[in-house]
Amino acid sequence: MPEFWINMGPQHPMTHGLWNMKVKVDGETVTDAKPEIGYLHRGYEKIMEVREFQKNVVLTDRLCYVSSITWSHAYCLAVEKMMGIETPERGQWIRVVALELQRVASHLMWLAAYGPDLGLLTGLLWALRERELFLDLIQLMSGARMNQNYPRVGGVRNDLPDNFEAMCRRSIEHFLEKVDKEYQRVFQESKVFHMRTEGVGKISAAEAINWGVTGPNLRACGVNVDLRRLDPYEVYEEIDFEPQVWHDGGAGDSYARFVCRFNELRESCHIILQALEKMPKTGPYRVKAPRRAEGEGYAKTEDSRGEALFYVIGDGDDRPYRVKIRSPVFCTMAATPIMLRGNKLADSVAILGSVDVCVGEMDK
Amino acid sequence: MSAVVTASPSITGRSVPGAEKEVLAQLQVAFGSKLKDAKIVRERLVQLVIDRADLVPLCTYLKDTLGFEHLSCVTAVDWKDHFESIYHIENYYNGCMVQVNAQIPYDDPKIATLTGLWHAADFLEREMWDLMGVEYTGHPNLTRILLPEDFKFHPLRKEFAQEVDRQYITRRKLRGGK
Amino acid sequence: MSAPLIPNLFAVCEVLVLAIVWIIDQILYALAGLIPPLTGMAQWFDPVARQRLGMGPLESELLIVLITWLIAVTVIVIWATLVNLLTMMWVERKFYSRLQDRYGIMISIWSLPFWPFNRAGRPTHRGTGYLQNIADGVKLLQKENITPRNADSAMFHISPVLIASSTLMIFAALPWSSGFYVANLDLGILFIFAAFSLAPLGILIAGWSANNKYTLVGGLRAAAMLMAYEIPMILSVIALVFFTGSLNPLTIVRQQDRPLISFGALSIPAWYVFSPQILGFIVFSVSMMAEMERIPFDIPEAEAELVEGWTTEYSGMRFGLVFGFKWLRMIAGAALIAILYLGGWSGPVFTTLSVGGVPVPIVPEEVWFLLKIYLISIVFIWISWSVPRVRIDQILNIGWKKLIPYSLGAIIIAAAAIASGLWSVG
Repeated sequence: MPEFWINMGPQHPMTHGLWNMKVKVDGETVTDAKPEIGYLHRGYEKIMEVREFQKNVVLTDRLCYVSSITWSHAYCLAVEKMMGIETPERGQWIRVVALELQRVASHLMWLAAYGPDLGLLTGLLWALRERELFLDLIQLMSGARMNQNYPRVGGVRNDLPDNFEAMCRRSIEHFLEKVDKEYQRVFQESKVFHMRTEGVGKISAAEAINWGVTGPNLRACGVNVDLRRLDPYEVYEEIDFEPQVWHDGGAGDSYARFVCRFNELRESCHIILQALEKMPKTGPYRVKAPRRAEGEGYAKTEDSRGEALFYVIGDGDDRPYRVKIRSPVFCTMAATPIMLRGNKLADSVAILGSVDVCVGEMDK
Repeated sequence: MSAVVTASPSITGRSVPGAEKEVLAQLQVAFGSKLKDAKIVRERLVQLVIDRADLVPLCTYLKDTLGFEHLSCVTAVDWKDHFESIYHIENYYNGCMVQVNAQIPYDDPKIATLTGLWHAADFLEREMWDLMGVEYTGHPNLTRILLPEDFKFHPLRKEFAQEVDRQYITRRKLRGGK
Repeated sequence: MSAPLIPNLFAVCEVLVLAIVWIIDQILYALAGLIPPLTGMAQWFDPVARQRLGMGPLESELLIVLITWLIAVTVIVIWATLVNLLTMMWVERKFYSRLQDRYGIMISIWSLPFWPFNRAGRPTHRGTGYLQNIADGVKLLQKENITPRNADSAMFHISPVLIASSTLMIFAALPWSSGFYVANLDLGILFIFAAFSLAPLGILIAGWSANNKYTLVGGLRAAAMLMAYEIPMILSVIALVFFTGSLNPLTIVRQQDRPLISFGALSIPAWYVFSPQILGFIVFSVSMMAEMERIPFDIPEAEAELVEGWTTEYSGMRFGLVFGFKWLRMIAGAALIAILYLGGWSGPVFTTLSVGGVPVPIVPEEVWFLLKIYLISIVFIWISWSVPRVRIDQILNIGWKKLIPYSLGAIIIAAAAIASGLWSVG
């Protein structure tokens, strides 16, 4: 059979979100790939120039709707750097707790989507069941399960409620037990899972750095880069945690990406428990930010999917002059043809699922 | 290789304190006259302003000699009388970030591409061509990426009207009413 | 050791037919009082009159025999498809939803909108869920049957019929107990496998004729996989034939109906799974899972990549046929495993009484058979919903490079056991 192009998407049950991946197949092997994105482009950078600084948080929430607090927080951090203000300490600790809760919820959503990609339909329901715990915590903290509008320029919107700590500890204890007993067995100790994900979608460390891959995808190649450790923001310097790097040589395949993201679930839970202990019990959580600002500021944070960078320029008005959003998935998408070449067509779903695409942030 | 990088040739995951001063010093030694402005904004951030012609030599020096292996972000800003193409380049060895502002004249919005050095520039420069209209000469595939292929405008430019600036004219008004 | 509930299906059907004939006869005799020419017909149907007139017995008339066969086949088909298919679908959907920590289907008779089921105050969607599958079937019936424009219309329409009819043919030769069968073929197992193997042809035709890249890939994958897995299946049955000496399912089950080792009242029966055939059992079960297109072997229907695989273009009841007959093949596959390796319908000796020399069942054979079928199916469902899908080249790898050598090994073991006298035939 001659080579022909197959469209995976834009309407496809398993490419999560609206994007198109054209793969050129020769029989069952993929020889080339071309991602086509932009179906969800909403003109964010243009819209954000019209609204005031604080009102843009509503928009940045919806950039990656699965992991909204991390994106709004990156924007608030950039604006704070531009204005030259700093969040009080209790506000920073609350932000850390919110970020890590959102990171766990986002990774669980990825896990829920990755299971059915491979045929493990039970994984969908189990991961979503556990995600409910964290969405309940986020709702307790901020009032909403999704698109919470919680971070503010200068702090957070409200303080943690009184019963938050007890409920958080209980949920995390239950969740860690489930991770060790159920998820570990169903995903990692399954021989079929290893057969499907080991050795597929390889990318070397040098190529990954050159193409701009960041986050768990880069740590799976053996590169020890975690922005919370390399370029700390908020109070991450005072928290003791281990970036999850794949140690056994440069694997860079789907299994390594899976393991790095999976272990981050446990790490984030430990970070939350530490933060609950170390946080100052009382104190201001928000500083009033000036209305107008001039200058420029950038903030680089470790989002669930990689390095999220916001670059904000103000010219003295109460709205930004230019907002630039750097999305990790956008750059990883450029590297996916390298991961896909040489593998079979049936592997493409396993590879693209392990890269964790969120179209909202990719298309802005 | 400079002392900044050979001290820790492998990526440790932690930043080296004081790295930004060394990086700035070495850049001023190598490119002294060409840097229109060079300063340390805060720890781990060095900012440079250059003309567009010096972009590729500077970036080659950053990548090959100083070990800045990660191109984070390419931004284009429309300052109404000139464009500016801003590059954020990161060093994984010492955690330092260099922000390079390259000034581009308004009526000739072209600048050299960096895809030869970092493949990450591929998609990022395409996005800036698509939205802002800054042309990156030498780019292997400079086509629209986020907007449809046949879209005629570059929306992020200041001359492209914002939604709130466009007048919404009611039909009644068109017919001559209030 | 165990007794069937229906010792002879044909006898039961004949009794039924004769009863109906008697009723018709009374009506005809009554009408004959008004219309004298009907007396002859009434006497033709009357066994007493036939004996008086010297005609043969009623049972040997071709018409009655045909009607008896028809009713027997209909009983088997309705039993297999309607009752067992619905129950198996319900068992699967409830079981895997409980595995996924949710309630599962809950539409039952209390959801019906008419009296006496629509009681006020009673929740409508909290029942056991048995009627959900009927509701799904009715929904599919009232949908539009779309044919793609450039599809090969004849082949497109024939292939669901081919799949459905070949699957139903299996049940003509598959006995459900020592009396509940339609045809007692000496080569019964061979016939069942032949009917099983017609479906891959139907799947390939379906995939090709729909004129769609995705269905083509799915159909070719299905053809490759099913062909690859039929070989170890048949080789392990060949290994079994060394022990049984016969392909008749009734004979095979009768041979397993004796105790292997007795511990007084309890005993381990001589099922072939406890004999040197265990390797064949494992190979046969794995191949049967692939033949039934269950996860981990469901790559032809892999909804992750190919939407619905080879069934993408089917809508309405055509889709219902190809989709529902997957479960029927699961019942047939589980039944084969039960007959060949797990003793079929034989149960322990203490479940029959001997009343005047006639074995009367406390727990009849059909119940044991159904129990085994459902237990085997539950194991298959459990495996299906706990593991990911295997890739097509890995599936073919397992089939050609691992299962065929194992099944050849099973043949060698069986031959060695017979030759060395470890096991005697029959």
